[in-house]
This record gives sequence, C-alpha cells and structure tokens, in this order.
Amino acid sequence: MAGSGKAHLRPEGDALVSVEDLVVEYPVAGGNTVKAVSGISFDIKRGETLGLVGESGCGKSTTGRALIQLPSPTSGAVHYNLVDLTKLSAEAMRRRRTDLQMIFQDPISSLNPRREVGEIVAEPLNVWGPKNKAKQKALVDEMLNAVGIDPDVARNKRPHEFSGGQCQRISIARSLVLEPEVLICDEPVSALDVSVQAQILNLLEDLKKKYNLTLIFIAHDLAVVKNISDRVAVMYLGKICEVAGSDELYENPAHPYTQLLLVSSPEPDPTVVLDRSDTSSGELPSPINPPSGCRFRTRCPLADDICSSQEPQMQEVGQDHFVACHHPLIKVAEAPAADPVWTEA
Amino acid sequence: MSSFLPSWIRTMFRVFWAMPLVTKLCTFWLTTIILAAIFADFIPKLADPSYQGFLFGTDVTNDGQSLHHWLGTDNNSRDILSRLIYGTRVSLTVAVTAVAFGTFFGGLLGSFVGYVRGRREAAIMASIDVILAFPALVLLLTVVTLLGKRNLLVISLVVGVLAIPYYARVSRANALAVSRREFVAAARAIGTKDRTILWREVIPNVMPTVLAFALVSAAVTVVLEGTLAFLGLSVQPPTPSWGVMINAARADLRINIWPVIWPSLMLVFTVYSLNNVGDWFRIRTAHKTAAL
Ligand SMILES: Nc1ncnc2c1ncn2[C@@H]1O[C@H](COP(=O)(O)OP(=O)(O)OP(=O)(O)O)[C@@H](O)[C@H]1O
Ligand code: SF4
Ligand SMILES: [Mg+2]
Repeated sequence: MAGSGKAHLRPEGDALVSVEDLVVEYPVAGGNTVKAVSGISFDIKRGETLGLVGESGCGKSTTGRALIQLPSPTSGAVHYNLVDLTKLSAEAMRRRRTDLQMIFQDPISSLNPRREVGEIVAEPLNVWGPKNKAKQKALVDEMLNAVGIDPDVARNKRPHEFSGGQCQRISIARSLVLEPEVLICDEPVSALDVSVQAQILNLLEDLKKKYNLTLIFIAHDLAVVKNISDRVAVMYLGKICEVAGSDELYENPAHPYTQLLLVSSPEPDPTVVLDRSDTSSGELPSPINPPSGCRFRTRCPLADDICSSQEPQMQEVGQDHFVACHHPLIKVAEAPAADPVWTEA
Repeated sequence: MSSFLPSWIRTMFRVFWAMPLVTKLCTFWLTTIILAAIFADFIPKLADPSYQGFLFGTDVTNDGQSLHHWLGTDNNSRDILSRLIYGTRVSLTVAVTAVAFGTFFGGLLGSFVGYVRGRREAAIMASIDVILAFPALVLLLTVVTLLGKRNLLVISLVVGVLAIPYYARVSRANALAVSRREFVAAARAIGTKDRTILWREVIPNVMPTVLAFALVSAAVTVVLEGTLAFLGLSVQPPTPSWGVMINAARADLRINIWPVIWPSLMLVFTVYSLNNVGDWFRIRTAHKTAAL
C-alpha cells in the first residue's frame, strides 16, 4: 500500500473538497515524530459521500481533523471551493468554519458535561447568529427534532443523562444548526451498540438528503461504509491504498490490504476467507518508524524486493478504480488477473 | 422537597445528606466556626481584651476548666473560649482571603496557559517555577518586613499572592487534560473564539478540581498564619488568633498546658475538617467526570 500519487484525483473544478499531499506529523518524546498521515490525496464532489476506511491508528481521525485545520497539517493543501484552507489566517479560517463541520469520534466526550443540551446546540448560533433567543430556540428545537431528540425533554438536561447514541444525535444537531456544506463524521457509530448503529446511519442518510450535505464518513469497518458511501478510500498507516466506487471496491478489491479488510469484516458477503496462519494477521507497524517502500509490505503475502525499495504510486486498474500497489489483484489493462491472495472458502 | 425553597438551598441540602457521617460532622464544625467568625463582633465587648475575662463568668483567675470559664483562662486571666471565638476571625479571614486570591488568579492563570499552550505557557510556567523555588516563609518574611505593616489584610494578601503559583500549577495540569477533550475541539470547529472557549468550556471544567484543592490548601494557610504569629509577624497582641494564642501561652507551657491545647485542637479540627470535606468533594467531582 502505501501509495502516493494523484492519478485518482478528478479535474479540479469538479471537486468541492480536494486534498493534496496531506502530511500530519506529531512530535513526540525523544525527538521522534509520529508520521500519522504521510502525503495523501483525495477529493470529494458536491453531494458525494466518501468513506474513509482503515484499521485503528492508521490516521483517519488525523486526516479528518486536518481537513478542518484542527490542527493544521504539517504540509499539503486542503482546497475547499478552490480556496486552500491551509493558507488562511486563523481568523479567515474561523469565518469559514460554518461550511465544514465535524462529528467527533467519542460522542460523550464531544459534549461539555457542565452545559445543558439546549445551550450546547445553541452555541453555534451564539457565535454566528441569530442571537435573538426566540429565534435560537426555534432553530434548536427544529434541529433536535430533525435528529430525533425531543427538545422539550432534552433542553435542560446535561449530556450525562443521555446514552451514547443520543449524545451522537445531539452532536449532529449542533453541527447541522450551522447548515454546513461538508460534514465529516469520525466513526460516528463505532462507539455504539449494533442496534443503535443502523439508526444513526439511517439518520445521517436522511439528513444528507434533507440538507444537501457532502459527507466524509470515517470508519474502521468496510461493512459500515458500504451502503452509505459513493466512493471509498482505504487507508493504511498514513497512506491511501485504494480508491474506488463503493460497489466496485467490494466486488473487485485490487489491493491486498483491502482484501484483508473485506475478509475480516463481519459481513458474510465476501467470498474469500482469511487464512489465519498467514502473515497478514500481523500488527500495525509503528507510525514513528514506518516500513520503507510499501508500508503494507510487513504484512503482505505478495511482498517482494520492489515493495521494500519503491513506494507504489496510484494507478488506474478499472473505471474510477485506483490502487497503489506493485502487484495489484486486478491487473492493469489486459494482463491476466493475479491469483487470489487469501484462500478461498 | 418543598418547591418554595430556592433551588441552591435544596441542592445544598441534597449534597449535605449525601455525605458520610464524619464529613457531615466536619461540615457542621466548619459552619460553626464560620458563623463564630462572622458574628463574633456582635457579641457585646467580645473584642475587648480587658473584658474577656468576665464574659462567661465572674472575675475569677483560674487556670483550669470551671463552670465560669468552660475552657479555663489563659495566664492573663482571659477567658480562653471567648478568645478562641474571637480568634477564629483572624485565622479564617487569612484562610479565606488567601484561598480566594489563589483560586481566582491562580485558577485563571493556569487555565489560560493550559489552554493556549505555546510560548506564553512556557514563559509563565518558568516564572512560576522560579517563584516556587524560593522558600515561601522567607519570601513572606521579606515582603512583610519590606511593607512594614502587619495588619490582617496585608498578611492575607501576601499569603494569597504567594499561593497563586500552586493554584496555577494545579489548574494548568487540569486545563491541559480538559483542552484535549473533544468538546473543546467541537467548540473550535463551530468557530467559537478562543476567549469564549476558555470561559465557557475550559474554566467551568477546571474549577471544581481547583476548588477541591483550595479547601485542602486552606488548611495549610491556617497553619501558616499560626507560624507567622509564632514569629510575631501576624496580627499583634492583644488581638487574638489561634496562632497568637499558641504563641503567647507557649512560654508558660510547663505551668499550664491548656491555653496551648485548646487553640491547637481548633486548628487540628479545622484542618481535618477542611481536608475531609475537600477530599469528599474531589472524589465526588472525579466520579462525575469519570462517568462522562
Ligand atoms: N496528538 C497526538 N500526538 C501524538 N500522536 C498522535 C496524536 N494524535 C494521534 N496520534 C497518533 O497518530 C496516529 C493516527 O492516529 P488517528 O487518531 O488519526 O488514528 P485513527 O485512524 O483515527 O484510529 P482510531 O480508529 O483508533 O480512531 C496514531 O498512531 C496515533 O497514536
Ligand atoms: S504487493 Fe507490494 S506494493 Fe502491493 S501491497 Fe503488497 S507489499 Fe505493498
Ligand atoms: Mg480515530
């Protein structure tokens, strides 16, 4: 995996959000740096839903936060409506924030425990108006209703009186009250019970239609993003491995890591099954000292010399299907397809 | 509970009932001495040292407990109980002023640097470390000597200013943790200005811990006033404070130990109660935040 390159980006004018060579590094003790995100590029068209998938620690949240400059990336560009957000002053960025909103990973920690729900959802209005209390109340009530929370019950309660799923709904209401264009959802359901997950996913789809949102949907599980996403980008250790339309990715995974994810995903659908004795069950290498060449090579059964010496670049393997791998499972052009990596069920 | 009571009174009752017995007793003790400190001036002539011997009894010089002088008299025939009650004022005034000062300025300073980080944090924390490196008592002696005044307000303020670095450290550590929580990121994401985030999101979540620390450190302040009195740096005789009383009776310790015992007991009870109630609040708020 581990690819760089921008073959998968669409013509500039088509994308509402376009990320180029995004790098985020955190300095840590001992003079080291955590290379959380190492030069990724992707774009999202207006009204599209992009799924961003990868296992824990691969840099999904870091990417989402870098999009809204919290914190700003170490390098790279984030274009929104052709404006590079990384070049804006703090105040200019603050003024754009209404357009790009984010739902954070931990639903309960996303709400200030010492404020009432009514106040929490009204806070964006305190910043951007209307400041009139009656108008605020009407908007807050409308938004709480839209996310399925009864405003009369919730208004004067504090977050700890709600379940995780309800807190997630309140967070969504707070973001949407600003009528954003883009909503980044960072694992909005992974902290929730399976039964509640479906409700929140449906809610997000409804809200997307109702408010014409462009969604970036982060998850560690391909099954969760499958139905909601138009396009899916698979991340591994700070890099993008594969980008494809949702159905295409599920039917014809081209990257060994995507296939691994499909195999370990709880959905019974994939026809391939992981052989547990395989090297692929290894652990995520340290982002402080990532492997040379392809970052997935320490776990990839197809890895060879070129994988450790050269970083694979994004290449097209099908209609709107891009992969960064020296030995993709779908051969480029007419070359014969590679044998399946994982043993068939 | 009856709805005609204001809600803060009902909350106070609820909190009180939730306490374990020992904490209830401690709260009761603290309430008593606070009332004593407030109302001491309204007891006729309590403040007048030459009258203190007659207050609860007759003009009997007596060095032990009796019906006339419940706790006995000191070596100048002054009733110990009345001096203890009156002395509460000084000890508590110093404690409350110092704690309020420290909590307010130290708490705000620490919350500020813990949220903004960067160069401002480095500079402020470095100066605080320098101040903390001096022994507090030596600083106090220097300041009090330089000012040349030793009234109650000066002492309290000096102690309060010296306490600021400690509060700043505690609140900074807390503000660092609070600032990492996602509701702070969420506030930034909706475009809230930093100053508003500091006041609405960070400080309300930092202050409960700082207040719990304040209760515990009030105990240190009461003892510190006693030490200052020992050194003759606090209020001057005949104005009583617990520290002054201990100091004055110390010379004749071998003749009569009681004038030292009583104020020391007051100190011990008060310090213990403050610690107990402070701990209880700290654990309670810790539970609440952990559950969130
Ligand atoms: N503030 C930080 N300081 C240092 N390292 C960090 C920081 N935030 C994240 N990291 C590291 O960066 C890497 C990517 O983290 P990130 O939170 O983006 O992963 P993620 O894909 O969202 O994982 P998860 O599914 O667990 O949320 C991890 O190795 C993480 O430890
Ligand atoms: S085949 Fe090579 S380039 Fe492709 S994923 Fe495996 S290690 Fe990486
Ligand atoms: Mg994450």
